[in-house]
Amino acid sequence: MGEVIVITSGKGGVGKTTSSANIGTGLAKLNKKVVLIDTDIGLRNLDVVLGLENRIVYNLVDVIEGNCKIKQALIRDKRYETLFLLPAAQTKDKTSVTPEQMKKLTDELKQEYDYIILDCPAGIEQGFKNAIAGADRALVVTTPEVSAVRDADRIIGLLEANEIKQTHLIVNRLRPDMIKRGDMMSSDDVIDILAIELIGQVPDDENIVVATNNGEPLVGDNSLAGQAYMNICRRITGEQVPFLDLEAKKGLFSWFKKK
Amino acid sequence: MKITDFFKKKSSSDIAKDRLKLVLVSDRASCSPELMQKIRSDIIEVLSKYAEIDKEGIDINITNLDAEDNGGKSAPALYANIPIKNMNHNSKL
Repeated sequence: MGEVIVITSGKGGVGKTTSSANIGTGLAKLNKKVVLIDTDIGLRNLDVVLGLENRIVYNLVDVIEGNCKIKQALIRDKRYETLFLLPAAQTKDKTSVTPEQMKKLTDELKQEYDYIILDCPAGIEQGFKNAIAGADRALVVTTPEVSAVRDADRIIGLLEANEIKQTHLIVNRLRPDMIKRGDMMSSDDVIDILAIELIGQVPDDENIVVATNNGEPLVGDNSLAGQAYMNICRRITGEQVPFLDLEAKKGLFSWFKKK
Repeated sequence: MKITDFFKKKSSSDIAKDRLKLVLVSDRASCSPELMQKIRSDIIEVLSKYAEIDKEGIDINITNLDAEDNGGKSAPALYANIPIKNMNHNSKL
């Protein structure tokens, strides 16, 4: 039986879709059978981040409305055989799906796949409710900014209220130089405020932009962000992986040389 | 306050942390702005019986009580800073 994981944040633009793409791809790299679902109906993006935008025939709403079978709508990834995408509809809106329908869909996919990753839309309205309906656990993405952390706190409260048992935090776009200067909160500061367990700290990395330009997630490559995302994937599967020391410049450099 | 603290400017990440801690306490206590406004006007009304209050300078907020001041537990607390212009000593009590 697989696990349904929702990736959410409250605030927009903190890296939910990028994280979803990298975590889905990373888990497939670890030989897991993965379905990525873009639940941001009307504003689909996960397809372009994965470079699969030209292969879409059917979408999430088609599956829900019964216009096609699940298998027909799933797009196989270009590089990884065990990775599939269920894209969002672009011409519908979030009210075309209900939480009950989403739960039924994820329950069905769980029978056959190891991980169902749901890319949640920003906000706390219908789209959010749909995305968390069938989730077993949640990954909350935030950046070390007051606005993003505040929204993350709200989301954590809502996840608790909806009885999502396991919630972990990803702190994205960390800048070790700024943290050292005292001009950015560290991931320790953020966990201290939010009081939830950390599962990943991802540095601000130019390679993410390049990877998105190319439509090929960088998880598992030699970049710092690529390593950070791979570590998150291994932690999701239950492995104990120490956190990269992003703050120490020297440590970072020697770590680079090791690779 | 140490003399060194006087020269050391608070870092912006410390400011961010302090601001976040404050805002999250009121978020979590789900104390709406309307409710705060009601508390505020009721406090003013009561105090006005005894003193002339500087209404512009009032600062009322829900914050977190420091753990050390509260036997190791942190709890929400109402903080009010209300400047008084004049005590109404001759008011009929």
